[in-house]
Amino acid sequence: MSEPITALGKDLIGLEPLTREQILSILDTAEPFKEISERRIKKVPVLRGKTIVNLFFEASTRTRVSFEFAEKRLSADTVNISSSGSSVVKGETLVDTARNLEAMRIDMVVIRHGASGAARFLAERIPSNVVNAGDGSHEHPTQALLDMLTIRDHLGDLEGLKVCIVGDVLHSRVARSNIYGLLKMGAEVGVCGPPTLVPRGFAELGCTVFTRVEDAIQWADALNVLRLQLERMQGGYVPSLREYNRIWGVSSERLERAPKDILILHPGPMNRGVEIDSDVADGPHSVILNQVTNGVAVRMAVLYLLAGGRPETAEAAKGGAGS
Amino acid sequence: MSKILLKGGRVVDPSQTLDGVRDVRLVDGIVAEVGADLDGSDDTRTVDCSGLVVTPGLIDVHVHLREPGEEHKETIESGARSAAAGGFTAVCAMPNTNPPIDDPAAVGYVAAQGRRAGAARVYPVGCISVGRAGERLALVGEMVEAGAVAITDDGNPVMDSGLMKLALQYAQTFGIPVADHPEDITLSARGHMNAGLMSTRLGLSGKPNASEDIHIVRDLLLAELTGGHIHLQHVSTRFGVESIRQAKARGVHVTAEASPHHLILTEEAVEGYRTDAKMNPPLRSPEDRAAVREGVADGTLDTIATDHAPHHYDEKEAAFADAPFGIVGLETALGLVLTHVVGEGVIDLPTMVERMSCHPARTFRLPGGSLASESAADVTVFDPIATWTVDPSAFVSKSRNTPFGGWKLKGRVRYTIVNGQVVFEQ
Repeated sequence: MSEPITALGKDLIGLEPLTREQILSILDTAEPFKEISERRIKKVPVLRGKTIVNLFFEASTRTRVSFEFAEKRLSADTVNISSSGSSVVKGETLVDTARNLEAMRIDMVVIRHGASGAARFLAERIPSNVVNAGDGSHEHPTQALLDMLTIRDHLGDLEGLKVCIVGDVLHSRVARSNIYGLLKMGAEVGVCGPPTLVPRGFAELGCTVFTRVEDAIQWADALNVLRLQLERMQGGYVPSLREYNRIWGVSSERLERAPKDILILHPGPMNRGVEIDSDVADGPHSVILNQVTNGVAVRMAVLYLLAGGRPETAEAAKGGAGS
Repeated sequence: MSKILLKGGRVVDPSQTLDGVRDVRLVDGIVAEVGADLDGSDDTRTVDCSGLVVTPGLIDVHVHLREPGEEHKETIESGARSAAAGGFTAVCAMPNTNPPIDDPAAVGYVAAQGRRAGAARVYPVGCISVGRAGERLALVGEMVEAGAVAITDDGNPVMDSGLMKLALQYAQTFGIPVADHPEDITLSARGHMNAGLMSTRLGLSGKPNASEDIHIVRDLLLAELTGGHIHLQHVSTRFGVESIRQAKARGVHVTAEASPHHLILTEEAVEGYRTDAKMNPPLRSPEDRAAVREGVADGTLDTIATDHAPHHYDEKEAAFADAPFGIVGLETALGLVLTHVVGEGVIDLPTMVERMSCHPARTFRLPGGSLASESAADVTVFDPIATWTVDPSAFVSKSRNTPFGGWKLKGRVRYTIVNGQVVFEQ
């Protein structure tokens, strides 16, 4: 079976293997797709006849729904398979799940899995396009793409911008994808949090490492605040959520001491009062809901490009600014 | 009466500082004589060894044969035959089976199955602790009487330093080494690969060098304290090698292994989440590999052992974090070491024989390791220039899990002779 060569290749596993030009082409392709979701009839025939499986081995609401809207607004036929917790469904291995799906002649799989490398594992074993919707602590490329699109919407060209990721960077696939993507786009990337969750190794990836959130706030143009998982406290990485908020929480009091206004992003779901205070999340510089809106457009762009669409014809493919 | 005459090979036997073209006569399970232009009588099988290398039989002191309990991965019989196919005349079977080899009956079972296999000799190794639970000493004396040649809780490190001290004291009665898989699991238990830039990139939790170094240093201190013999398994870190070097210099009774994979590969092999490069200790940095090579060259690491760890292909066909640790090694070890360790000038051929035969025999007090007359007639004959390509589907072992599939190697086994009988030839 020969695969069409697309602007992205067969799969989107992560941003680390992509070039600056490929990332730029996804962001630019997302621009015209934004408008589809603003129409009264939110549907274009770009992926008509394509079958897409959303294979979610981990609980997810936002990402799964965002992919599903993107697929449906492009007229694809979609099936959702969900199983939280373990890496197998009813004892079936990941490879058997993949082979069974493939036997039903599908075109694309969107996979979320708790093990790093699971998306690549699947992509190497089936001819369908595979989109990584988050694999373990490895990558979550569409999240980083929508983060970058949102920053670009508000601050312009990413080149030279300073973006700091705050929180549990160690276990975060969102952090890794943002680091790879932003560095390729010419931004400077900071990472900030307790050294138990931001170990020294991240400097080797090209990041500036901050231990004090006050220092990160002095430095940054934008903060991407990560959710602190409850199990990190149980795992002993931080002694308590209260202490975490006291020392690393992004509060309006801390932001007021910044030399400039700082754009606030959060991949969700938020723990209000832990990593981010409500007045920041709901404040004038928060673009958290813009991220969610952009998520649908970015995922449309990714699906369109993997299906063989070209960036320069995206505008025509979706039928101009419709009804 | 069985008589074999190995004619005209390059005989490399460091135990008698011999390296030259000689004939070797084997009679009734022992080496009868080594000399020039020996004649064979009519009832002698004469083997033309011209162009071949003849050495004391290779001995692998660290293999997992999986029986009892995981016979779908390997059996004592398939493992013993795999060993013979790799040029090994003897192997030491680790006790982390199910149930574990922690009493004399179990030791006797492994020994009997080994004899029944009729290939490489199989020496049982017993557990340090009952059930490998790390709590109290197993029946060490009775296991030795039943044939155990060493004790170890391999697979599990001994986390309780007090128990390790007792083991090092108690084992001295029997003159056997206490072998340890040095790893502080409080630092590494959830790790799947070396801790470093690569693990950060791949989003996999890592096992830092420190987790191995801390237990190497602890074991050395305990051996020094007790006067016991510690045998450190599969050393993979630069600090570990240096610590052993210093301990040997101050007279601590320590012996130590390097594995072919730690001599040849680095963590780069994990790229792409390759589960066939997942092992414990993990493949480490180029600096660590260089230190392991230096250790093997200067004798700090006196033994090369494979840590042969068969796993079923279904188990390795999984996400990296879900796959088990370990690779098979018996059938690739000689070719890998000849091509990439001897071939790259790390050690010469006699040193290789020392590390893979003479020294292991001395450390574990096994027959073999020498072609001096009256020695056991355990001999390996290989072609040092024949090239071949590693084809895992052709392995004699029941398992195929190797990162070396498709590698072109120089140096191939021709005859494996155990107790005067040819148990493998090709």
